[in-house]
Amino acid sequence: MSDVVLEVKDLHTYFELEEGTLKAVNGVSFAIKKNRTLGIVGESGCGKSVTAQSIMRITPKKTSSVSGQIMLHHDFGAIDIAQLDEDGDQMRDLRGREIAMIFQEPMTAFSPVHTVGNQIMEALFVHGETDKKTARKRAIALLDEVGIPAPERRIDEYPFQLSGGMRQRSMIAMAIILNPRLLIADEPTTALDVTIQAQILRLMKRLQRDNGMAIMFITHDLGVIANMADDVAVMYLGKIVEFGSLHQIFKEPKHPYTKGLLRSIPKFGETDGKHLATIKGTVPVPLNPPDACPFASRCSEFIPGKCDARMPDAVTISPGHTVNCVLYEPTNIQT
Amino acid sequence: MSFGKYLLQRLIYAFLVLIVISFLVFMIVQLPRGDAVDRIVNARQAQGDIITEEEEAALRAQYGLDKPIYVQYFIWATQFARGNMGHSLLGLPVIKLINERIAATLLLSVISLIVTYAIAVPIGIYSAVNQYSPGDYFWTLVGFIGLATPNFLLALILLFVFHKAFGLSIGGLYSPGMEEQPWSIAKALDLLNHLWIPIIVIVTAQTAGTIRTMRATLLDELGQQYVVTARAKGLRYRQLLFKYPVRLALNPVVNSIGYILPRLISGQTIVAIVLNLPTLGPLLFSSLLSEDVELAASILMIQSILAVIGVILGDIFLSLYDPRIRMEKGAT
Amino acid sequence: MYFLAFTYELWTPYRAVTQHQGFVNTPPTPVHFFDSQGNFVGPFVYGLKYELNLDTFERIYTEDVETIHRIRFFTRGEPYRFWGRIDMDWRLFDAGEGKVFLLGSDHLGRDVFSRILAASRISLTIGLVGVFLSFFLGATLGGISGFYGGAVDILIMRVTEILSAIPQIPLWIALAAIVPIDWPVTRTYFAITIILSTMTWTGLARAVRAKLLEMREHDYIMAAKIAGAGDLRIIYEHLLPGYISFLIVNITIAIPGMILGETALSFLGLGIRPPAVSWGTLLEGAQNISNIALYPWLLTPALAVIATVLLFNFVGDGLRDAADPFKEL
Repeated sequence: MSDVVLEVKDLHTYFELEEGTLKAVNGVSFAIKKNRTLGIVGESGCGKSVTAQSIMRITPKKTSSVSGQIMLHHDFGAIDIAQLDEDGDQMRDLRGREIAMIFQEPMTAFSPVHTVGNQIMEALFVHGETDKKTARKRAIALLDEVGIPAPERRIDEYPFQLSGGMRQRSMIAMAIILNPRLLIADEPTTALDVTIQAQILRLMKRLQRDNGMAIMFITHDLGVIANMADDVAVMYLGKIVEFGSLHQIFKEPKHPYTKGLLRSIPKFGETDGKHLATIKGTVPVPLNPPDACPFASRCSEFIPGKCDARMPDAVTISPGHTVNCVLYEPTNIQT
Repeated sequence: MSFGKYLLQRLIYAFLVLIVISFLVFMIVQLPRGDAVDRIVNARQAQGDIITEEEEAALRAQYGLDKPIYVQYFIWATQFARGNMGHSLLGLPVIKLINERIAATLLLSVISLIVTYAIAVPIGIYSAVNQYSPGDYFWTLVGFIGLATPNFLLALILLFVFHKAFGLSIGGLYSPGMEEQPWSIAKALDLLNHLWIPIIVIVTAQTAGTIRTMRATLLDELGQQYVVTARAKGLRYRQLLFKYPVRLALNPVVNSIGYILPRLISGQTIVAIVLNLPTLGPLLFSSLLSEDVELAASILMIQSILAVIGVILGDIFLSLYDPRIRMEKGAT
Repeated sequence: MYFLAFTYELWTPYRAVTQHQGFVNTPPTPVHFFDSQGNFVGPFVYGLKYELNLDTFERIYTEDVETIHRIRFFTRGEPYRFWGRIDMDWRLFDAGEGKVFLLGSDHLGRDVFSRILAASRISLTIGLVGVFLSFFLGATLGGISGFYGGAVDILIMRVTEILSAIPQIPLWIALAAIVPIDWPVTRTYFAITIILSTMTWTGLARAVRAKLLEMREHDYIMAAKIAGAGDLRIIYEHLLPGYISFLIVNITIAIPGMILGETALSFLGLGIRPPAVSWGTLLEGAQNISNIALYPWLLTPALAVIATVLLFNFVGDGLRDAADPFKEL
């Protein structure tokens, strides 16, 4: 049995807007293994969060559609989440128990008028726990585990009484209370101070070591990715443009976009006299996008007639390292 | 404990507000009409009596009207606080006249309030959850018309409709002859039978407003992150809807008790005149027309007191309901 | 609509105060196009006959199919003084020798249709004038309160709280009852406007203050202050553009409240008094059930009120949506 927990194949998530079809996720494939962390990196609006929401099937029901395959692997087989009814019992049963999610803004992600404990224990009650005392014990133990002091007291407090870091810790407690096999973290540290960020990251790593869960870690912060991820997927405009191990992506970036991202990280001691490199332009809105390389409009190595002709195929650079760019397609390398 | 302190602060503040209001009421109602002695003198002169200057002065002294305005106000206010509201021109103590009607006023207000929420909250939830559905549009339209129709006009229209359709006369709270009878099941039924039309009339505008508030805030709340969090935990949409967004969206609605109650009392006034209900409104109206000053001032004062109580109740309910406010108030 | 109100004389067949002898409480006159033999003669009305029902002493009006009065358009009809200045007699239509009461006539034989249009002048303008008055009060006081804060703020806010704690309609009634009955129409008009404004400015003041407080926190105001701009300059250059649309929306929403207030007061006989007409005074005649039951057309001014208020609400709502830059897509 392989260690693959989740396998996403050719995922498309579209939103039907008045202005047209917004292809937020447009043909994304990847796999996440047990005990490993997949980092998904990209600018705002590249479809990272929508990918996560699609896996949870919590995209807005009326306006969005999810197609492709989202295989959740078990010892006894696999379930295609994309085929499930998003309001059905089967999907609800998976949420929270098999796949859990933590969010960027821990303040708004909690209801302000319910106690933290109430909201943490809720996951237990939804998934069959009936005894209040057991649930409370478990919640307190978890709060303790995620490093919240005096959990017996904190459990009865309201989110606004906790600091940002504590709220994020509570959120993590809430997510892992049922020992999910996959934890999706959508920018979990973006809203936090740098010192708190480091604590949260350390906490997540520890929890992964203890529980062996797979983590899908979404962020725009390459520093955090470098710290957390085993594998990295670089997303741009609803597509994964480069995929590889942490080492491959950081040391041997191939795609012009990946290179651009890495160049735009400020490095200590290198600032004198130089402007920080930026990627020109902004992410376009993927409304009725053409079938071409999504990065073509901003690429410094743009080749007219090729890049805007069709979507480049995935090229395997080395084992586990693929890139979607015409520069690396065999026909082009030869010429 | 600290909540009790907050409550005490609220009450003291309300008391101060009422003092200021009482002064305004005194200025508005008492002063411009000349004083009671003028009226007595006028009345007696009209009957052909001759009144001397001395008699007039004596009367003035007897009523305390020879003193400066602020002293007069002070006398009036302290008497009022003691429950001595003076005498109506109808020859009865004001307090007796008011007592007769205050129960009906409160009954109408409280029932109207309950009916308002009972209708508005479910419809508001429905409209928000099914935004832009035909049902939502229907209720939005009904809401607009409800807001646009002044309730006394609605009363007139209903009067007409009921008269035409059923030959019913729907004024008053009791059938003729019922009012004097002692309480019995028949009387209570009779009351209910008469009550629902005024209630419809009074409630319409407030209900329309509350539906719109409920819909708007719930729409806001539905877009909040915590809704997604709850879904991600595997909650059923329905469970989630009522536990989180509805609960939060009810906040402004709960607080609205504070201003809806005064509005109900206020809105009742004209409706009660049209429908001939035994509440404070018509009494105020007739007392103003007949220059029955002490009665008018007292009614205005009582209505203000009811309104201020309403505001306090709104605050208290909200702080009991919303832990954020409870804690904040407790902390200060 | 305001155009109609200002030029109503042109559109109506009769003067609002004309009492048509012998035509008391007539029901709306049906406009016919074909005579009793089915011949097309264009729009016309029949002459009216009435007889007294001796049991109830009600007048029963019947159409006299023998007499046909064609409706004449763009005619010279009953003379009037346009805006009280210019003598004119142009009317959009009348029925010559016959009587055309599109919405019936009242207990003095006055044409309800003409009166509704005539009344719109007072009812609509009182909304406008009143709103501008309360807008002036509200925007100024609210603006001062929001901009300067501190003790001034507290004082003004306390005043608004106290005023809004008094039930509105009873207070209006009490205030309106002070207005002497013998005052001339214009003075009553302004008195009523002022009374209505005293209560409604508080809401506007609070709204303006809240908006200002919110805007004051924005960084660009801080930037302007640091750049050394004076208070007035900040208010006019930076704050006013931001909340002018907000004010317009609020004004639009406040107008119907004013119109309703005037209607209510006049309805009770405490507002505009005859011979001036407003929708409220027109409805006064519809106060008791027997009148409404017998002469339901007396209720038609209510429809005018409802339609007007609906219109303002829709416009206000539309403006609010248009003015909100953060509206959802």
